[in-house]
Amino acid sequence: MSDFQLTINGRAYPVEDVDVSTPLLWVLRDTLGLVGTKYGCGIAQCGACTVHSDGVPIRSCSVPAISLVGKEIRTIEGLAEKDGTLHALQQAWIDFDVPQCGYCQAGQIMSAAVLLENKPSPSDKDIDDAMAGNYCRCGTYIRIKAAIHAAANKISEDGDKV
Amino acid sequence: MKQLPTDLKSDSRESLLDETLKDELPAQGMNRRSFLKISSIAGAGFLLNFSLAENVAADSLSQESTLNAYISIDNDGSILIYSKIPEIGQGIKTAMPMIIAEELDADWRHVNVEQAATNTKLYGRQIAGGSRSISHAWDVMRRAGATARLMLVQAAANKWDVSVKECSSQDSKVFHRKTNREVSYGDLANAAAQLPVPAESEVTLKAREDYKLLGKRVTGVDNHAVVTGQPLFGIDQTLPGMLYAVYEKCPAIGGTINSVSADTNIDEIRQLAGVKHVFVLEGNGNPKELMPGVAIVATSTWAAFQAKKQLKINWNESKASKDSWSNLLTQAKALQEKALQKQSGDFTMFEKGDVEAAQESSGKVIDSLYSFHFVAHATLEPQNSTAWYQDGAVEIWAPTQSPGPAPATVAHALGLSKDKVTVHPTRSGGGFGRRLVNDPLCEAAAISRHINGPVKLQWTREDDMTHDFYRCGGFQAFKAGLDASGKIGFWDDHSITFTPDEKKPHIGGPRHEMRYVEFPSQLVPNFRYSRPSLLLKTPCGLWRAPGSHTHAWVVQSFLHELSIAAGKDHLEFLLEIMGEPTWLPPKTLYGLNTGRAADVIKLAAAKAGWGKQLPEGRSLGLAFHFSHAGHFAEVAEVSVSQSKKLRVHKVTVAADIGLVINLSGAENQCQGAVIDGLSTMLGLEITMENGRIQQSNFDTYPLLRMHQAPQVEVHFIQSDNHPTGTGEPALPPLAPAVCNAIYMATGHRIRTLPIIKEGFTV
Repeated sequence: MSDFQLTINGRAYPVEDVDVSTPLLWVLRDTLGLVGTKYGCGIAQCGACTVHSDGVPIRSCSVPAISLVGKEIRTIEGLAEKDGTLHALQQAWIDFDVPQCGYCQAGQIMSAAVLLENKPSPSDKDIDDAMAGNYCRCGTYIRIKAAIHAAANKISEDGDKV
Repeated sequence: MKQLPTDLKSDSRESLLDETLKDELPAQGMNRRSFLKISSIAGAGFLLNFSLAENVAADSLSQESTLNAYISIDNDGSILIYSKIPEIGQGIKTAMPMIIAEELDADWRHVNVEQAATNTKLYGRQIAGGSRSISHAWDVMRRAGATARLMLVQAAANKWDVSVKECSSQDSKVFHRKTNREVSYGDLANAAAQLPVPAESEVTLKAREDYKLLGKRVTGVDNHAVVTGQPLFGIDQTLPGMLYAVYEKCPAIGGTINSVSADTNIDEIRQLAGVKHVFVLEGNGNPKELMPGVAIVATSTWAAFQAKKQLKINWNESKASKDSWSNLLTQAKALQEKALQKQSGDFTMFEKGDVEAAQESSGKVIDSLYSFHFVAHATLEPQNSTAWYQDGAVEIWAPTQSPGPAPATVAHALGLSKDKVTVHPTRSGGGFGRRLVNDPLCEAAAISRHINGPVKLQWTREDDMTHDFYRCGGFQAFKAGLDASGKIGFWDDHSITFTPDEKKPHIGGPRHEMRYVEFPSQLVPNFRYSRPSLLLKTPCGLWRAPGSHTHAWVVQSFLHELSIAAGKDHLEFLLEIMGEPTWLPPKTLYGLNTGRAADVIKLAAAKAGWGKQLPEGRSLGLAFHFSHAGHFAEVAEVSVSQSKKLRVHKVTVAADIGLVINLSGAENQCQGAVIDGLSTMLGLEITMENGRIQQSNFDTYPLLRMHQAPQVEVHFIQSDNHPTGTGEPALPPLAPAVCNAIYMATGHRIRTLPIIKEGFTV
C-alpha cells in the first residue's frame, strides 16, 4: 500500500493507501470520484479509459497510477474551460448529436483532443489512425469523424480571429 | 397516402392508476375517461399526469399498455417532462418528450427531461425493447401535450376575457394577436392548474405539416452531461460507505460449488489486502436470477478484481453444460443429411399448399444450406449493479433495459415480497437486449444482504463475455423451385435450432413460430417449414432485432440465389415478389405492407445508383427486411481484392418507419445498426467447448473499428403512418446486402457467418 500525489486537471490530488499495482483508471474512479473515465475491457483494447499524460493519450486501465507521479494528467472532467466553456470537440459532439449510449465518448473525445493538438487540420486517414484504439459499440464512428473535422475547423477559425 | 388498417385502432383498458393518486383525483370537473390529473406543485406551477389507456400493438410485449407520464410547468417557464423508458443509447429520452413538446408548443430550449422512477402501476410498460416505445407512446404523448396546451390557452383566454379561438400558442407563450398581447406558460401555470381537464373531444392534434419540432434534428438531452463526463451510468453510482464486489460463477453454466473442498481457496482470499468478505451464495439455479457463486467484497474495484484472479474453486460440474460447438456442428450436418434422405422423421411445423407436388412440377430447383454463429452483446459498459439492503428491503441502482419487471425478479431471487425492492434505472452503456435480463441486480442485492451494507457489483469484461445470453446460432436449409416464368413455385425451409430442454427452442435463433408469418411465406403458394432441435445448455437470449437479423440474412441471400438462377435483375425480382400493394398477415402495424416494401426497395436502389458502372471487383448488393414494424432496404457497395480482402465502401439505407420523430436520432440509429451489423457478420463469433465460452475479451472478440466503417447514407420515406421504432429494424438487411454484393463482385456465395469462416478478411 502506498501514498502518493497525482496532478490531475491542474490540481494536486493526494492518493492514500492504494496498492502499487492499481491502474490509474481505478484511482480516478474509486479513490478520487472522477468517474467520467470509463472501464470497458481492462486490457487496453477498447479505449473507453483514455486520458492524457503530459499530452499523450494513455489507456488508464493498463497504467499503474503510481507510475504517473509528476505527470500532468488530464481527464474528460478537465477538458472544458474552468468557466464551463466547452472544448471545441465537446461542442461539436453536441452539435452533431454524436452519442448514442455515450459510454465510449469520453475516451473518444480525449483521443481526438490529442490528435487536434498535433494535427490541427487532420485528414480522414489521420482521424482513422488516431481513433483506431477507441471502440464505439453503438457505431457512431461516422459522426465522430464529422465532429472532429468540424471542431478542427472551428479551432482554426477562432485562431484566425485572434 | 397509405393509411393503417382499421383494426389498429386502440382499445381502451382500465387504467392502473396508483391507489394514492386515485385518492388525489379531484371530485369535480375531472374527465374520468381520459384519466388526466392536474395539481399545483407545492403551491406553484402546473403538473399534469396523464395515463390514457392505449393498445397499439397486439402481441406478448404489449400486455401492459397503459402509459403514464408527467409534465410540469414551473412559474419560471421551465418545463419538466419525465421519460418512463430507460435510455440505453436508442434516444428515447429525447424522442418521447419531443412528442409532448410539439403538441404543447413548448420552447424546447426550456424543456428538461428526467428519468422517471420505476413504477409500473403509474407508468405501465417500462422496458426498452422491441423498438416499441415510440409506437406505444405516440398517441398518449401527443394527447398529453395537446391537453396541457389547451388548458394553458384557456387560462390566457380567461385572463384576457377573450375566446380560446382567438388565441394561439408558440414557444411556451400564448398570444392574442388582435390586441398584440402575449403571456408566458410560466405565468399561466398556476391558473391553468385550477382548470378542469378538457374532454378528449375538445382536444385537437396537429397535422403533420404544422410540426415545428418533430422531424427536425434534435441533439440528445443528456449530451452535455455525456461529453463532460458526468456520473450518468450504472457504473458511476456511489453510496456512502459503499464496498466493491465481484462474483465468480462456474465457467460452465449449471456448475455448483464444492465449498468444503481443499482445492477451493476461499480462506486464502480472505487474507488478501483490501478484501473484506468472501462467501458462497447458493443461488436459486435460475441463470436469469441468481446462480451459485463466490462473492468477493473489497475496498476497491481493483482489489476485488485482483482477488478474483487468485480465487480457486473446485466446481461440481456433474450437471453443468458440456456444450461443444464442434460437436454441435457435426450433429447438425448429420441431421441435415438425414433430412435430405427423408430419414430424420417429420419435423414439419407449418405447411401451406403442397410442397412435394410443386417440387415435381418445378422447372428449376435450387437448394442451399446456411449456417450462422452465436454472438455476444458486448455492451461497452460491462454488467454492474449497486445495491443497498437495509431492514428487510433493498434499493438498487442499475443500468437495466427492463426496470419494470426487475422488482419481481429480485424479490423472487431473494425470497422477498416485491414491495421490498426498489429499482432506479440509470443510463445504460449499451443494451442490445442484454440488459433485459436482470441477473446482475439479483447478484448485487444478494451480496448487499449478506454483508448488510451498500455495495457495487462490477462484472469484469471477461465475466460479461462468458456469462451472456447469447444470440443463438443455427442452420437453415432452403430448397425452392422456379416455374417457367421465373416465379417462385415452392419454398421448403428446413431449420436446425437449439433447445435447452427438448421442449421449446431458444428464442432469437431460427424462426420457430408455429403460425409461420415470416416473409416470404405469405407470398409463396407452396411453403413448408420444418425444424428439428439440438440440445444446448448455453443460455441464449434476445439480441438486437431478435430472430430477424439472422432470418433476413438467410432469406435475402437465398432470394438473391433465386434471382440469379432465374436470370433476373435482383431489384426487378424483389419488386415482382412484392407485387401489388397489400398488407400481409398479421394485418396490423406489425405486418408487412408490400407497397411500403417496394417503395423503400426502389428508393435504396435509386439513391445507391443501382445499375451504375463500377470498376472490376466492385459491386452493389441489395436486400430488404421488414421487422419491428419498420420497412428497410439497404444497398451495400463493396470491393473484394484477389486475396479476398473485403472493403465495404458505402451503405445506402431507405427506411419507412412512418413519421420520423427525431431525424438526428433516427439517422444515428440507422448508421449505428449498419456498423453493428457489419461488425457482427465480419469476424465476431462466440463458440463453446466443454461448456465454456472460448472468447473472453475484445482481443478474441474484436469489434469493428473506425477505419473499417463504411459511409452510411440514410433516407426516410415519411408519411402519416403510425411512427415506429428504429433501434432494431435497420440492422437485419445489412448482412444480406453485403453478401449479395460480394457475390456480384466475386461469384462467391457466402453461406456461413461470420464471413472470415469463408476465407475473407477485412
